[in-house]
Amino acid sequence: MAKEFHNLQELRHNASLVTKVFVQRDYTEGTVCRFQAKFPSELDNRIERTLLEETVKTLNSYYVEAEKIGGQSYLEGCLACATAYIVFLCMETRYEKVLKKISGYIHEQNEKIYAPRGLLLTDPVERGMRVLEISVFEDRGSGSSSPSSSMSSAGSSAR
Amino acid sequence: MMKNCEYQQIDPRALSVLPQSAQNNTEKTVQRSRRKWEVFPGKNRFFCDGRIILASQSGVLPLTLGLIIVTCGLFFAFDCPFLVKHLTVFIPVIGGALFVFVVFSLLRTSFTDPGILPRATPDEAADIEKQIDTSGSSTYRPPPRTKEILINQQVVKLKYCFTCKMFRPPRTSHCSLCDNCVERFDHHCPWVGNCVGKRNYRFFYSFIISLSFLTSFIFGCVITHITLRSQEGKSLVQSIQESPASVVELVICFFSIWSILGLSGFHTYLIASNLTTNEDIKGSWSSKRCAEESGNPYSYNSIITNCCATLCGPMPPSLIDRRGFLSLDEAIPAVSASEIELPPFTVKSDAHMCTQSTKDVLERMVHSYDVHGLCPPATPKTTPLDLEVSGPAAASSEPSLSAGCLPQDARQPVVPPCPPFSRSNKRRDSLHSINPAFRLASPSPSLSRTTFILGDAPDNGFIPLP
Repeated sequence: MAKEFHNLQELRHNASLVTKVFVQRDYTEGTVCRFQAKFPSELDNRIERTLLEETVKTLNSYYVEAEKIGGQSYLEGCLACATAYIVFLCMETRYEKVLKKISGYIHEQNEKIYAPRGLLLTDPVERGMRVLEISVFEDRGSGSSSPSSSMSSAGSSAR
Repeated sequence: MMKNCEYQQIDPRALSVLPQSAQNNTEKTVQRSRRKWEVFPGKNRFFCDGRIILASQSGVLPLTLGLIIVTCGLFFAFDCPFLVKHLTVFIPVIGGALFVFVVFSLLRTSFTDPGILPRATPDEAADIEKQIDTSGSSTYRPPPRTKEILINQQVVKLKYCFTCKMFRPPRTSHCSLCDNCVERFDHHCPWVGNCVGKRNYRFFYSFIISLSFLTSFIFGCVITHITLRSQEGKSLVQSIQESPASVVELVICFFSIWSILGLSGFHTYLIASNLTTNEDIKGSWSSKRCAEESGNPYSYNSIITNCCATLCGPMPPSLIDRRGFLSLDEAIPAVSASEIELPPFTVKSDAHMCTQSTKDVLERMVHSYDVHGLCPPATPKTTPLDLEVSGPAAASSEPSLSAGCLPQDARQPVVPPCPPFSRSNKRRDSLHSINPAFRLASPSPSLSRTTFILGDAPDNGFIPLP
């Protein structure tokens, strides 16, 4: 999977990075990992609202599954305690398994939906679960169709 | 003295949106791929190529380990033979199992990443500033220090961390000893030599509970040993003379039992109410502040659920990815900034500051500003080109910093509540009494970073030492 992603990355070298949009965490339900469903305005003309919202909703449901406190997590916790936590060296935790699923899902979404629109999702795990980073690319071949986003971001920061 | 409180704005043009020529030139400087732990910005130490993580000062971890090993060693060598002969062979077996569990828990607590949050990438930090700075005024203002959000219908303030350049998630705190933001920060334990946070709290709890059992067990066995000896027609003094090691163990265990049992009880209370030591000390959810019974928005309002959630909850993975390799764009030093004309109100971004040594950055900065002549002619209120690299220089700015810039939240309690066999500990009367030995650690800004302040300082600016 890492190899394919690398090819996708190399593909990205043909396009130039315009800006990055960040979807922040939603803490209204506590410290569980959840991203805001608010649609960033910078992506208005790049992708349909429903697609991004669907992606975020699915990611949120994956995180809920990973952090669910139920029978399996108790079993894992008690087993780990009984073995003086040595079992964590040999076994992959449920959280890690779900994170792998998430990474696969993001890769699939990138391939099918986001790359054709010149966007790229970065797995939140690579950003410390703080943000869902969406890189916005511009094809070097075609003229810049959305110069306003890059100029506005540069202009607002340079005061 | 004038506060050196000037926030450095992130210059987004020095970030990943780089002209291609700059990128191509600098790619050649990367010779070998490095692992991420080598460029980790916090004050942690890494061993075994990033597999083991420790705080910068191991504190008294060697002492803790030493005391445990010595006491158990004496127990097995001097008390167990007698007790096996007179009682049962299970005594050393139980003792051995407890000892192994204690040592494993201790090492696990010390060597596990407590839940360190990696610092925000420059792009993220710039985005946060852009979102906040919407007033359109000509002078630059730093991001506000707090942001209020609703958690379970309760208002919680999220604080902005100037070192990590992000709004801290709830229950996250910045440990100034380790210079990291740690999730669900409990306290920095010098006895364990690490912070106690989300990922290693259960190991820490196992450690103190098992240590309570071990200490009580050894104490009981030693008492039994001496009693049995003196019952065989010898006086107490004679028994003690025959087994002097037992007295040593007795003294060590007697003085440590009080503190360890007190600590175990305190942490059991914290777990049952889903609190951290940090929150309990600050009284964040105390009934004086909140009208409702339980102001804690994280509590499940059931003791069993709280316990299970904290101890048997899912184990999140480490977010700092110590052993991952640096990707090419992260390893490229930020020389591009020197090619970009900077307006007077902005300074060189610390885009890749954390990936370089301080000396490299200094040399580059001095060179680039000499070339472009961006040093302001008049001395502003804050010191221009103030290169604070060493500890004392930064420390002198810290008191003013803490007084002015971060008055409320920067106090991190460094709790020494886990002294296993210390003789000087007093008995704890209440489970959560305020220990006068708490050290209030310094606020967020790091001591080991360079500081560049150019241009006029805004009046209300804060300085983060990036």
